[in-house]
Amino acid sequence: MKIKLKIWRQENATAKGKFVKYQLDDVSPDSSFLEMLDELNQDLIQKDDDPVVFDHDCREGICGTCGLYINGRAHGPQKGSATCQLHMRSFKDGDTITVEPWRAKAFPVIKDLMVDRSAFDRIMVSGGYISINAGSAPEANNMPVRKENADMAFDAATCIGCGACVAACPNASAMLFVGAKISHLALLPQGQPEAEERVLEMVNQMDLEGFGNCSNNYSCEAECPKEISVGNIARMNAQFFGAKLKSGKK
Amino acid sequence: MSNLAIRSISKKIITGLAGLFLITFLVVHLGVNLTMLVPDGGETFREAAEFMRTNPVIKIVEPVLFAAFIIHIIIGIVLKIQNWMARPNRYSVSNKAYTYWMSKYMFHTGIVVLIFLIIHLINFYFIRLGLLEPSNVMSDEHDFYNQAIMLFRDPLYSVIYLVAFVFLAVHLNHAFQSFFQTIGANHSKYTPVIKVIGTIYSLVISIGFAIIPIYFLFFYE
Repeated sequence: MKIKLKIWRQENATAKGKFVKYQLDDVSPDSSFLEMLDELNQDLIQKDDDPVVFDHDCREGICGTCGLYINGRAHGPQKGSATCQLHMRSFKDGDTITVEPWRAKAFPVIKDLMVDRSAFDRIMVSGGYISINAGSAPEANNMPVRKENADMAFDAATCIGCGACVAACPNASAMLFVGAKISHLALLPQGQPEAEERVLEMVNQMDLEGFGNCSNNYSCEAECPKEISVGNIARMNAQFFGAKLKSGKK
Repeated sequence: MSNLAIRSISKKIITGLAGLFLITFLVVHLGVNLTMLVPDGGETFREAAEFMRTNPVIKIVEPVLFAAFIIHIIIGIVLKIQNWMARPNRYSVSNKAYTYWMSKYMFHTGIVVLIFLIIHLINFYFIRLGLLEPSNVMSDEHDFYNQAIMLFRDPLYSVIYLVAFVFLAVHLNHAFQSFFQTIGANHSKYTPVIKVIGTIYSLVISIGFAIIPIYFLFFYE
């Protein structure tokens, strides 16, 4: 199939970027979106051009490294999947595909389509862990966990930290990410002792990074490759409110 | 600096709580306004207005109401500015994700409602406070019945009024369910019910207010 591409090219974080048009004439509908970009880069390298820089790693939807804003959709048109799981059969022959990087103040462009998501790492460092050594898996019945809670914690823990929630949010808010990271610990007994500090510190860091505020628009949930529920944002809000009332901390 | 700033979620919760107070206020206001439709030359309306003006509970609640308006407006604007700043470079293809479109326009619908609120204060509240002269249709500075009829008989004013309530309906529709999400109430069973109640509430309020100018414009002789 023939594909026209409009790709954001930007030399570095401070350079002014622009769209550059490319055309590929023989793309297999069975190739993945990233394989299509690999082919484009192969062409560019052979022509002594600068290849398009984009993030990718596992290419099986579990690492959260890839992330492209394709035709107005974070991770492209396919629901519940990362960019790497998107195939060219999702497009029509002759389509023009516009590819942009995640756009947010907190995710500065490094080059072309690659953005710096270390803001997420700093949020995790601020409290997204438990400090005790939990040891190896405990005996199953020692610590009862409600089945529903275990399931919700697991669902929250499927967050791969790709940043699609920020990319899709009209306010570039990171609250789905932070809500998921808070929830998967807060719902389990091991997460309880530090729950209050955790939510205060992580929300504090999230704000410092310059993410926007949630306006309950829910495009994050719609675009999340792991389909993480905005219920996690509500849980974070409630936890934050409770922690504020109890802690006396700012 | 960071320790002094009000956190994002605190701002949302404060805005939500102020909004909830305004949501209750609208019900009371609508109740009073609807007494205008009682065909007794405005006697019921005057009694209701007099009750609202002299009741000590209302007198106490009035400053709280003003505070709620100001907090809701100021924090709403601050949140919006922060949200704009969070994405300095826009996408060239606007977002096509499935979303609640109303939530994207809370600021815009809010601004329209604010403009209407200012017009409304000039036409009624400022006269009561003595900041403006009563218009010549008013027998005294508390005669809002004749003042309202005069305004509603003006098609331009009535159209502005109706448009404002369309925007308010959109604003309220998202606001109602959004409040519950913000304070942390999200439930697989109750959230859909809350959304339906929010839609019904926004329609009842806006249609309820809209009936009054329509009546005086077309059916009042």
